[in-house]
Amino acid sequence: MTILILYVVIFAAAFFLVRFGVRKFRQMQDFTSLKTVTFGDESAVKPDRWASVISIVAIFLLWGAFTGSQWVPIHAPGPFVGDTQFTYTLEAPDGRRDDATVYARVFKVGADAEEPEIQPGDGFAKNDAIKVGAWRSELLLMDKNDEVKRKEGAKVVAIDGQPVAPGETVRVVDGSVAVTAKGSLNFSPAKGMQMEPIWLPAPEAVVARVGEIASEGYQNFTLWEHLFWSLFRVIVGFVIGAAVGIPLGYAMGLSNWFRGWFDPIVEFMRPVPPLALIPLVIIWAGIGESGKIILLFLAALWIMTISARAGVSGVAISKVHAAYSLGASKWQLMRHVIVPNSLPEIFTGARVAMGVCWGTVVAAELVAAEKGVGMMVMVAARFQNTDIVIMGIILIGIIGYAIDILTRKAEAWLVPWKGRI
Amino acid sequence: MSTLSIENISMRFDLPNGSHVQALKDVSLTLNTGELMSVLGPSGCGKTTLLNILAGFLAPTEGRIMLNDHLVTGPDAERGMVFQQGALFEWMSVRDNVSFGPRMAGKREKQWGETVDHLLDVVGLQGFKDKAVYELSGGMQQRVALARCLANDPDVILMDEPLGALDALTREKMQGLVLKLWKETGKTIILITHSVEEALLLGERLLVMAPRPGRIHKEYSLPFADDGVGRDLREVKKNPEFGEKREEILSMIWDMEEEIMGRSEEASA
Repeated sequence: MTILILYVVIFAAAFFLVRFGVRKFRQMQDFTSLKTVTFGDESAVKPDRWASVISIVAIFLLWGAFTGSQWVPIHAPGPFVGDTQFTYTLEAPDGRRDDATVYARVFKVGADAEEPEIQPGDGFAKNDAIKVGAWRSELLLMDKNDEVKRKEGAKVVAIDGQPVAPGETVRVVDGSVAVTAKGSLNFSPAKGMQMEPIWLPAPEAVVARVGEIASEGYQNFTLWEHLFWSLFRVIVGFVIGAAVGIPLGYAMGLSNWFRGWFDPIVEFMRPVPPLALIPLVIIWAGIGESGKIILLFLAALWIMTISARAGVSGVAISKVHAAYSLGASKWQLMRHVIVPNSLPEIFTGARVAMGVCWGTVVAAELVAAEKGVGMMVMVAARFQNTDIVIMGIILIGIIGYAIDILTRKAEAWLVPWKGRI
Repeated sequence: MSTLSIENISMRFDLPNGSHVQALKDVSLTLNTGELMSVLGPSGCGKTTLLNILAGFLAPTEGRIMLNDHLVTGPDAERGMVFQQGALFEWMSVRDNVSFGPRMAGKREKQWGETVDHLLDVVGLQGFKDKAVYELSGGMQQRVALARCLANDPDVILMDEPLGALDALTREKMQGLVLKLWKETGKTIILITHSVEEALLLGERLLVMAPRPGRIHKEYSLPFADDGVGRDLREVKKNPEFGEKREEILSMIWDMEEEIMGRSEEASA
């Protein structure tokens, strides 16, 4: 909740800063800047690059600030670490009361820590010493060194002077103390607002993991091998899917019989999410490479078939007529008119198919695989290696984005007439 | 010497709802080499159907088309088409579009290069030959379409409202160009148009068609096309005879439209 509010504040602050600060210094005067009606004019809305940069920086800043990153100068309050103390008041059955102090040493989990050395103190309640890991809590049987025990009727009636009863919790200086139903004390040091590394590791931990896994590997394969295998499956599956799907789509676009024969199959298979095929593919082909490639082939096949079919249907009849009356044969019509005319549609299909394949391969690897980036993430999650999980997710995102950009570049290069007809 | 003869063409097809459409009924005419005929008529009179039959895209239910003493059965390079919207190939440069026909016929650049460059000169696009066609304006695209058709050296050129999508000024320039190309190449041309003025200006012969069923209503022989060659077409339009003919044909088509409207009102009543 705090993070969300902070995020909104950063959003608003950056907006006003850029609008009234930066914009003042470099006024552009292009055509769009002269438009007075921009609200509702989609063409006047362009992504503000300042916003994009600040957005990314803000995410990393928040991430760093709430994980205690070394890279970020400001931090959210972290968990309490160090020595603290609180007192409890023990009441004996005869009504006598005595105070004792609990000395607690809160240490970073993973670091060595000793319980603080203390004097037992006066009275029938004796001082105690405990050590607690940050973000953890510690049950304290405070009466084990006291002269009157709980089973003899002693009970804690107040902590730091605040009266308590079993089941209640009171705040103390650096945390809170709960009295359990049985009357013992449970000390939880203040957690602060940072995330524990097991939930969300700091950015540097993730980066360190990248280096470590890139050189040493994880689950018998290096990071590059995991990524390579995932990409390899996508590319092989997509290429086979396109190699079968495009001719099939052409046939469906050019022949009644093919259209009639494959229409029910394509229309039925198209809405089946490829993920739903994973169990069947595993039964048929196992969890090895062939299973993955069959799955990705199926994921790409229908998309490519439909886009090739749409590409053929999209040929303006006047172009076909023109080609025939210029003396083209059927084969020449195919090669010089229908295929080039369908390329924009096929590229759109290819972009969608590559995206779907990438998503499917990760999901398939999550289910069962020996290698691959999805498998890496899944195994890491089982061992609670959150840093590897986050690294994997970021890499999956980057690669998916890169695939999309590459297909777009290829499209702009190969079909420059797209959208200009 | 007759070249193109249309012999008793009828076209009738069934609709899914059981009724049928008589698109053309008993259309006959003969075109001599080098004649330019414009075809006018209200919408639904079958003029585009007639053109598609001539091109070989549709088969008539009755009658036949003969060109140079052989039967027309399908599309062929001997009958070139120019469409309303260029129908150019966006993936080819201007020059590749124009040379499409010869290239499909398997000719080498040696054989067609000169002709194609000459045609690009004639239509004024020599400077644009390596441009992509989608970079050209509508008028320029239509000039590419004309050049592409001529590069194939067809016997007959069929034009389906070739200037219909152009703005008035470009259209007037293009009308001059069509006349010039007609005279220079001596091609037989059939030109369908919606514009009475264009039909009068360009048509050596002018065919007015009537709808339901599509048939030939009246034919004119006109002097304006010959007058217009190499001249400012606005001068031709000032000819009082031109004005008379325009009024006559306009009211003829107007009457037909009225009749259609009346009939459909009766049908709906």
